[in-house]
Amino acid sequence: MAIRSFFLFILFFSSSISPVFSLYEDQVGLMDWHQQYIGKVKQAVFSSQRAGRKRVVVSTEENVIASLDLRHGEIFWRHLLGADDVIDGIDIGLGKYVITLSSGGSILRSWNLPDGQMVWESSLQGPKHSKSFLLVPTNLKFDKDNLLVVFSNGRLHAISCIDGEVLWKKDFEAESFEVQQVILPPGSDLIHVVGFAALSQFEMYQINAKNGELLKHESASFSSGFSGQVSLVSTETVVALDSTGSILLTISFQDGKISSQQTPISNLVEDSLGPAVIIPSSVSGIFAIKTDAVTIFIRVIGKGNLEVVEKTTHEIAVSDALSISEDQQAFALIQHASSEIHLTVKLAHDWDGNLLKESVKMDRQRGLVHKVFINNYIRTDRSYGFRVLIVMEDHSLLLLQQGEIVWSREDGLASIIDVTTSELPVERDGVSVAKVEHNLFEWLKGHMLKLKGTLMLASPEDMAAIQSMRLKSSEKSKMTRDHNGFRKLLIVLTRAGKLFALHTGDGRIVWSYLLRSLHKSEACQSPIGLNLYQWQVPHHHAMDENPSVLVVSRCGPSSDTSGVLSFVDTYTGKELSSLSLDHAVVQVIPLPYTDSTEQRLHLLIDADKHAHLYPKTSGALSIFKREFSNIYWYSVEDQNGIIKGHALKCKCTGEVADEFCFDTRDLWSVVFPSESEKTIATVTRKLNEVVHTQAKVVADQDVMYKYISRNLLFVATVAPKGSGEIGSVTPEESWLVAYLIDTVTGRILHRVTHHGSQGPVHAVFSENWVVYHYFNLRAHRYEMSVIEIYDQSRADNKDVWKLVLGKHNLTSPISLFSRPEVITKSQSYFFTHSLKAIAVTSTAKGITSKQLLLGTIGDQVLALDKRFLDPRRTVNPTQLEKEEGIIPLTESLPIIPQSYVTHALRVEGLRGIITVPAKLESTTLVFAHGVDLFFTQLAPSRTYDSLTEDFSYALLLITIVALVAAIFVTWRLSERKELQEKWR
Amino acid sequence: MKWVKVIVSFILTLSFLSFPSCAFQSDELLVDDEEFGLEGAPQHRSPEPIPTRSPPVTSPTRKRHSDLDSDSKIQFSLDHAFGDSDFSPAGTFSARLKTWSHGGQTLTKLRFSRNSFSDVEKEKFKNLLESDDFYRIRLPSNVLSPPGRDFIISSVKARCLPRESLDEHFVIHMEGVNVLAVNYGSPGSCPYPRNLKLPAKWSFSSHTVLKNREQAPRAPVFTEEILGGENAEGEVLQPAERSFWAKYWMYLIPLGLIVMNAITQAMNMPEEQATGLVPAQGQPSAGAVQRGPSSAVRRR
Repeated sequence: MAIRSFFLFILFFSSSISPVFSLYEDQVGLMDWHQQYIGKVKQAVFSSQRAGRKRVVVSTEENVIASLDLRHGEIFWRHLLGADDVIDGIDIGLGKYVITLSSGGSILRSWNLPDGQMVWESSLQGPKHSKSFLLVPTNLKFDKDNLLVVFSNGRLHAISCIDGEVLWKKDFEAESFEVQQVILPPGSDLIHVVGFAALSQFEMYQINAKNGELLKHESASFSSGFSGQVSLVSTETVVALDSTGSILLTISFQDGKISSQQTPISNLVEDSLGPAVIIPSSVSGIFAIKTDAVTIFIRVIGKGNLEVVEKTTHEIAVSDALSISEDQQAFALIQHASSEIHLTVKLAHDWDGNLLKESVKMDRQRGLVHKVFINNYIRTDRSYGFRVLIVMEDHSLLLLQQGEIVWSREDGLASIIDVTTSELPVERDGVSVAKVEHNLFEWLKGHMLKLKGTLMLASPEDMAAIQSMRLKSSEKSKMTRDHNGFRKLLIVLTRAGKLFALHTGDGRIVWSYLLRSLHKSEACQSPIGLNLYQWQVPHHHAMDENPSVLVVSRCGPSSDTSGVLSFVDTYTGKELSSLSLDHAVVQVIPLPYTDSTEQRLHLLIDADKHAHLYPKTSGALSIFKREFSNIYWYSVEDQNGIIKGHALKCKCTGEVADEFCFDTRDLWSVVFPSESEKTIATVTRKLNEVVHTQAKVVADQDVMYKYISRNLLFVATVAPKGSGEIGSVTPEESWLVAYLIDTVTGRILHRVTHHGSQGPVHAVFSENWVVYHYFNLRAHRYEMSVIEIYDQSRADNKDVWKLVLGKHNLTSPISLFSRPEVITKSQSYFFTHSLKAIAVTSTAKGITSKQLLLGTIGDQVLALDKRFLDPRRTVNPTQLEKEEGIIPLTESLPIIPQSYVTHALRVEGLRGIITVPAKLESTTLVFAHGVDLFFTQLAPSRTYDSLTEDFSYALLLITIVALVAAIFVTWRLSERKELQEKWR
Repeated sequence: MKWVKVIVSFILTLSFLSFPSCAFQSDELLVDDEEFGLEGAPQHRSPEPIPTRSPPVTSPTRKRHSDLDSDSKIQFSLDHAFGDSDFSPAGTFSARLKTWSHGGQTLTKLRFSRNSFSDVEKEKFKNLLESDDFYRIRLPSNVLSPPGRDFIISSVKARCLPRESLDEHFVIHMEGVNVLAVNYGSPGSCPYPRNLKLPAKWSFSSHTVLKNREQAPRAPVFTEEILGGENAEGEVLQPAERSFWAKYWMYLIPLGLIVMNAITQAMNMPEEQATGLVPAQGQPSAGAVQRGPSSAVRRR
């Protein structure tokens, strides 16, 4: 054993002499792909420039501002603001600046429209938190300078569009004043600020736009109060709802006089429909209210006379108004019919006449239309044409024009929640997917080009042709399983509740499915997807079945709302079944057992600490019963700082007999003192990780046994004071404690304190080691520490004779109830970057040495060999240690520019890195996701088990032929010589 | 006078506090970690009610005259439960609370006195053994104000405990006066197919270890210049380390050969003279016999 492992070690250390992973320029895109997204669009502004390329500027829920090509939907430029820099509003100023207001109205920025360079930034402070508004009036001039009007944090600002200088400001300090609208009547120098005060007071301020002087302040009280938003029906009239949501208040403030009229909704609509809400829109003269089932459009005639113009039960979306001429405003309306959407563009004053009416076929998997943005253009016949940008339920973005979808973007992929993989179907005998070259000439031409390339005779155009041929001809995008296991399906769950299957070869979407169970319904008000699990991975017994995944979701943000399970076939993308559970889902534990159809057993823990077994079949139950007493799990209560261990007790003792429900009990608990510790990170090993060798041979021919347990938990706690921003505490009052806890018995196997250190902690656990990243306040640097844990109880199995005679305890079952004899080794190193994510490569058999994949703050993925994080590194390693591959100790970890896995690309908004083993032992598949997606293959120790793509088979063949020829020639020669010798 | 009073009261409290440890036949082995000494010896059962049955008593007793660090004795109780039964008192930990000058408090000299099983408890424990169920214990999470935020629970399969007697091993992880976790189990291994085995003796032999937090190894801080300097020095020193022989063997060996050659030649000359003399002497002697080989050498 020892000898074998020693050989293996020699093998893979020798194979990893050059640990640097890098690729040549022409290899980019061969194995990797990169996709750019922007997220769900919140607001869109069309650039009204007559000349130049048509573009639309959008802000999204992922805090991205992007300029998109209106013809193709490509990104011209894009900026990702920070996670806490939420965009409140965007607009275009002077036709060439994109103005953005973000961070709750406290940061105003201006970007150059053509190239996205930032022009200026100004920070806006205010007395209190409030809604924020950004208005860019087209005609408000101040010393030849256009003004921007921003209301934020209870203060009205007028800002220069050229340099972002605040020209004047006006505070609205009244305690309870809540701003609802800021109105700029066109063609005047007045600003109207309207809002509510003290729940039942309507306030109107009139302000001079030139200097911020308060001209008028009027207020009126409404005893019934207000609810929700107000809708602006003209520059001097707003519509609001009273607190019961049943009476409409039409408030006009013409010439600074407030007058109002109350209209009960029941007067307008015969059958009362319960409380309504106002749909925010800015179409003059018309507003919409929505009750549970019905959407009603109401026109305001004259001074407060209301008239219902349309009542519909269809799902409907309305755009803002677009002024197409001096006194005409158009708006778009989208209604759903079964598999189509109807787009109508109407004039604000003329409800019955349509400017445009189109029907567009729409994929059902896109769900409902959430937002509509309208833009006009002049047709070839000089009439007005309209195009609309729509945002769908699955967060995709589509441009409709002339009754067709011009382009679409799958921006739901910018917000991935969870990822799993699925194998592709096996290639059957009858089904040949392999493509054959079209004709002989093409084939010959291709080979000629390749020959030119190798002989360095190719011109740049030829090189491009070779490159595109290499990209095309590779079999990587086939829809069948390959021998090396490089082709797989990445199943991703997005925040919109949509499942996508991406092909690892080229990243295309194989299928997508908007989960029906994640649709809003009576029982489930705001469903959210939680996790993805591999439900069925057929390989032995059930080869004919398709693999399927389990999607766990729940009906609300709190953890005690009831859960929903859906099972989706990964080949077809169809939902097999879905279950609405009558219990909550707090924790999902995939068990390491499968039933006769290869369905994995899952244990769901609900809020009352009952365990529920799925699938609910008798076969699963009998398997479960066998392992009943060997199932343990843990739960982390983050707020309390308590970690608890649990086991199963007995069947549920409820009124309803449910044989798949079990009571649980607490076995152990670890209580962190609340005044000195706060848990910030918990990490376990990956469930499917494979460890090849249990032993590690160290330099002096000694063997150390790794403590490999699936039940280890790494916990990091920090001082409660130090859980904030880096630098908010002094080193003396900040510390970080790292724990290794056995989750079956609750034993603390290792506990170590880093004084003067602070989170955030990013950690990864693999085999018998854990690596974590944190900030060292004393050294003012980030640090990475490694803990390796070794088993001492098996340390006396080093004797070869013992192994030969079988007198060892290596095969005896290990019980965690035994007292563990472990030793740990640890060391810390400085590291330059702060991290966003950390992962480790995983291979099929676990033989290949490991690399850490670090998602850096620059949104790149850096591969760092695990050998740099070896706790046995010393300043002067001995000769033996050097042979073993120990690197001399340095204080900081090296960042080798060639080892960026993402090479020149950036995965904007990087959130997670997932590694999946390929079948080929040397290779691992890496998928990084954030706002962008990136996929590549990685060989941490080089591809020692396969020939590289650029291996010259021709040279090998020529060599063999030459050798054979040489053998024949020499044989003939020697024969002749022998004959001559004999004749002599 | 005051002095005497203090001393008397001190002795009184001491004697009172020492009673709990007299409460039962403890053959506890106290593992001597650096921080606490070995205390407590088997004592005789006293007729008094065992004080641990009462809620844990904290009786601060000024002991040391040191004005910076001060000690006081505290106690906290161990509860146990059989399977899913409720917890009941099972023993008492007593320790010295050391207050450091910088305000921190740590426990030292932990001692444990275990109540022996009553008949009912024995029966319950036997049931546990038969059903291979959990024996659970708990401690307060704060020893000064028990139970603190929550109880610290730990459990072990009952079949892991019986050997000769009931062997148990506590590792108590402390953070100041807070108990973080307690690792409870048998002191040795508990091989997996757990066999039913009743203990020969129904008494506990307990081992307790207190663990406080450890400091992590610092990141190696050294500047490259110093490293370079060290290296340069090392290079200078390294030749000196090599022995004279190791350095100049290539010169020494030929030199040695030449010297040897010269010596043999020098030897030959007198010998030739000597051989000339031998026939003249004509007397074989012991010396002549011995000379045989040397002549052989010469002939070569």
